[in-house]
Amino acid sequence: MAVKTEELVLNMGPQHPSTHGVLRLELELEGELVKSVKPHIGYLHRCFEKHAEAMTYPQIIPYTDRMDYLASMYNNFGYALAVEKLMDIEVPERVEYIRVIMGELQRIASHLVAIGTYGLDIGAFTPFLYLFRDREKILSLFEMTCGARLLYNYIWVGGVSHDLHPDFLRLTKEFIEYFRPNVDEINNLLTFNKIFIERTANVGVLPLDTAINYGMTGPNLRASGLKFDLRKDDPYSIYDKFDFDIPVGEGMVGTVGDCWDRYFVRVLELEQSLKIIEQAIEQIPDGDVTAAIPKRVKPPKGSIYTRVENPKGELGYFIISDGGLNPVRVKVRAPSFVALSVMDELCKGALVADVVAILGSIDIVLGEVDR
Amino acid sequence: MQDFLIELIGNEILALVIASALPLAFIVPFVIIAVWLERKVSAHMQDRLGPMRVGWHGLLQTVADFFKLIQKEDITPSLVDKKLFNIAPVIVFIGSYAVFAALPFTSTYIGMSLDLGLLYIIAVSGIVVAGILMAGWASNNKYSLLGSMRSAAQIVSYEIPTAIVILSLVMFTGTLSLSEMTELQTAYFWNWNILGGAEWNLAKFLIIPFMLIAFIIFYVSSLAEVNRTPFDMPEAESELVGGYHTEYSGMKFAMFFLAEYANMFAVSAIASVIFFGGYHSPIGYLGDLFGIEALIPFEQLFWFASKGIFFVFVQMWLRWTLPRVRVDQLMTICWKYLIPFSIVNLIIIGIITLI
Repeated sequence: MAVKTEELVLNMGPQHPSTHGVLRLELELEGELVKSVKPHIGYLHRCFEKHAEAMTYPQIIPYTDRMDYLASMYNNFGYALAVEKLMDIEVPERVEYIRVIMGELQRIASHLVAIGTYGLDIGAFTPFLYLFRDREKILSLFEMTCGARLLYNYIWVGGVSHDLHPDFLRLTKEFIEYFRPNVDEINNLLTFNKIFIERTANVGVLPLDTAINYGMTGPNLRASGLKFDLRKDDPYSIYDKFDFDIPVGEGMVGTVGDCWDRYFVRVLELEQSLKIIEQAIEQIPDGDVTAAIPKRVKPPKGSIYTRVENPKGELGYFIISDGGLNPVRVKVRAPSFVALSVMDELCKGALVADVVAILGSIDIVLGEVDR
Repeated sequence: MQDFLIELIGNEILALVIASALPLAFIVPFVIIAVWLERKVSAHMQDRLGPMRVGWHGLLQTVADFFKLIQKEDITPSLVDKKLFNIAPVIVFIGSYAVFAALPFTSTYIGMSLDLGLLYIIAVSGIVVAGILMAGWASNNKYSLLGSMRSAAQIVSYEIPTAIVILSLVMFTGTLSLSEMTELQTAYFWNWNILGGAEWNLAKFLIIPFMLIAFIIFYVSSLAEVNRTPFDMPEAESELVGGYHTEYSGMKFAMFFLAEYANMFAVSAIASVIFFGGYHSPIGYLGDLFGIEALIPFEQLFWFASKGIFFVFVQMWLRWTLPRVRVDQLMTICWKYLIPFSIVNLIIIGIITLI
């Protein structure tokens, strides 16, 4: 008599400590080996795109905050750029600098969360709190600028909502001084920890062609070895004025494109963002920041697709306007959503513990996946 | 100890009950302090304050939590195997409690001075595995099942290097009794086993490096046996939610919790007995100095507890510093490194002892 056997199907989430939000992963297991992963999304769906059709252009900005809630500034940034391009608005130079400073601070804050929670997924609790301590400092800078710590509604079409606080530039400089040595601390505590390397090197290897086929962008793509960054390759705003490098995965401890590379690219990007902020602080001109804000945002008939390098990857806004006050359609290309699709490919043959490591390494935010 | 109590009380059964309840008088306060310590240690390592509200620097926080756990509704989920589900925490607790019977707290107090004390400890601590497996199976939860399977594999595997290291110490000292082993390493730290024992000869110096290796192997595998980071596979929070105790709450959860901390102290105490002179003071006794004989047992209790708590502290320190290894790497560490090394070490210690 043959014994009836079946695979163990394990539902990971939506309430699970390391699915980074309300994501459900349906794992098909054979013992501890993973045979397939099916991500079930939509637990955080808030109909952003449908809502956008019923609102005026400036009203949509607070909603973009709530997509990738760890990188709200950058979501505002991308949206404002799209509408400005549609309306042909030239923003003052000071505004461009403020946007870049905010955007790069936001990138550091977002990467700090990514690095910290990744340590948490691997089981190291302490680095997480060290990184959150530093992130608090960035959030305080944001709070000083626009009054909010998480959802800013700061970058508007044609400008920003407030000028910088008089102390902002000085405090940001102080933050850079303070933060730079802490990157080494992260490396000592986590990056080059033997156990951490054992857990992440050669795990979840994403070859470059697969990464391109799946449409991966941002750090996930760069970790696979392609030097592709929209700030350099399709410069927007004033990024062409700054001197910075694009770190790529080199497979320093394992294979190119493994979890460790994806993690380490983020660590290296911290330094590059600091460099950009330093240069921006040096060069920032004086001027009015609200001059170009239009009284009524009413773009001409037409459509536009703009993309920016969000901390998570390529964030694209596709906007169709019929010349009215509300857009006809707003479509968002969310980097997290695209990145999540590669889970099944990466997890085949991995262990349950690796699923957590892989999911953490592609750094998704469910608010952006579901929108 | 029993004989003394039987004489004192005159009733054998009552005396036995009292004798067997005595370790609780140590475990419960210890757990309360250890949990508080764990929170404070982790908090200060992580740039936080930890509990500050209940009592001085939150010292009574654990007491408050304990009362909270007692008051909680005793939930038995409807789809579990009720008998196994209810009995599992008790068995886990028995496993770690029984170890305390053979620990020599002072030269005058030992629950049960067994000649085969070490063998007994290795044996009874194995009961824990049964309890964990029962908990995982009875919970009818896939996370619990995975957690308990990992735990069983881990504890059974890591008992081997532990046992081999203990065996090499047994060869060295020539006794399986914990109290005798302690007596051999009389006061002053240069007599400790880790520094080659009490006899002054060439072997003492030859053996020191191998004793250090033995201690490291023992400590690493004991970390795995009590499921502490970096080997906290069974309850790997970020993977398996709560592991085998996912479905438990209230008092039953408290039992697991109590057992975990009791276990932490037990392995630390065993490490201190076989390597670090057990209850003996490293620097001599005040009682000897002042000629007060009655002071010595209290001093011994102090040293025993502080050595134990020191190793518990090291466990916490590691927990809040290191990430967690993966389940297959855990097995690799045990079977490919610890066991071969411990066997080689056993042979070398044996040869040196013979010379």
